Amino acid sequence: MSETPVITGATIAKLARGVRLREDPVRGQTVLLAPERALALDDIAVAVVKALDGERTLDAIAEEFARQFDAPKDQILGDIISFVEEFSNRRMLELRS
Amino acid sequence: MTEHVSPRDVDRAARVPAPIALLAELTHRCPLACPYCSNPLELEATRSELTTEQWISVFNQAAALGVLHLHLSGGEPASRRDLVELTAAGAAAGLYTNLITSGVGLNERRIAELSDAGLDHLQLSLQGATPELADRVGGYKGGYERKIAVAQWTHAAGIPLTVNAVCHKQNMDQMADMLDLAVRLGARRIEIATVQFHGWAEKNRKALMPTREQVLRANAFVNEARKRLEGVIVIDYVPADHHSSYPKACMGGWGRTGLNITPSGRVLPCHAAESIPSLQFDSVMDRPLADIWYHGAAFNAYRGDHWMPDLCRTCERKEIDFGGCRCQAMAIAGDASATDPVCIRSPLRQTLVEQAEIDSRAEPPPFVYRSMRPAREDG
Repeated sequence: MSETPVITGATIAKLARGVRLREDPVRGQTVLLAPERALALDDIAVAVVKALDGERTLDAIAEEFARQFDAPKDQILGDIISFVEEFSNRRMLELRS
Repeated sequence: MTEHVSPRDVDRAARVPAPIALLAELTHRCPLACPYCSNPLELEATRSELTTEQWISVFNQAAALGVLHLHLSGGEPASRRDLVELTAAGAAAGLYTNLITSGVGLNERRIAELSDAGLDHLQLSLQGATPELADRVGGYKGGYERKIAVAQWTHAAGIPLTVNAVCHKQNMDQMADMLDLAVRLGARRIEIATVQFHGWAEKNRKALMPTREQVLRANAFVNEARKRLEGVIVIDYVPADHHSSYPKACMGGWGRTGLNITPSGRVLPCHAAESIPSLQFDSVMDRPLADIWYHGAAFNAYRGDHWMPDLCRTCERKEIDFGGCRCQAMAIAGDASATDPVCIRSPLRQTLVEQAEIDSRAEPPPFVYRSMRPAREDG
């Protein structure tokens, strides 16, 4: 049995199989679909999900967002880690470090 | 021809959200004979089932209507020879396709084909943590062994797996073992649902009704396990209805989030809705799906609060549980518009609790198994 993973800046994440992002034209939103779940995501969450490509570390993603949005990197990294923790707890992500 | 639509109709249609989920009962055929089968008492014959092309049309209509999740169910959906083709059609329509199966009728090759067809997720039922109990509840010898194999093939194909565990008097004490088994099988999610007592389960109340002690132990166990296994497995839990204070928000409210289509194409607001004799159901053979959802009489029968008794219409919880389950009100109160008798504010609550108590204490009689043939008994 696997242990609950610890998420850090060195973590690399991607959507687990069976979890996917989709446009929902009927409701005019972007949704994350998973077993028995359809989560409407805001623009920031969509950007984070799209950045979780299974190649870059969360640290590298935070760095890019910091440049792109001209915001403090540490704060962005904290937000991304919280996001990844929440979605990992819902078994929606595959992680490695 | 001019369509005359009253302002009230427009207003009502405007407030009705698009459905999120479609439960497609592809067939009522099933090799198992579970004593709490959720299919209606009157099963539909194989010859009346929708064809492949008709189902594909339904999936495309559902996607256009706003449905996101397609649940391929039954009976046993693997009994349909076109299951792979239907899965591919659901995926092509952009729907999140989920197969709800007993596992019987699947083999390694068919699971690989389903994976290639774009199946997003598979839900496998488990009737107990040991072959003896599981096969006795399902009424199918060798079923447990087949399920374990199906779980392994599913895992090997990379398809995410949920284990569905229906719980009742005779297997509730194996809950911890069923959860351990689900984790060992690589399931990311388990649905632990207590038997709902309408339809076929009504015939087996004394064999299935859990005791209050069992329910309290189960509730505490789930709370503890959710913390312990956070990030390992997601636990969705439907506690025992008859032991709760308020009714469940059945279907997330009538005609609000989901719809159900029977093997012959009848469109229902929930899988048990045919137990309400006053309702008339439209068929996808006669009417477009969107028209049925927004304007069908059965869908509008219990939307909003116009149908509610005063007790519910004036209740602060009416937007939380929507008055509970209409089919349960029908079964127990004899009136589908009544307050769900599970509610502590229902005048029938005391009777319901007393009857549940008596049934839960009873020495379990042999199961009355579900069968496409007349009922038979075990043992």
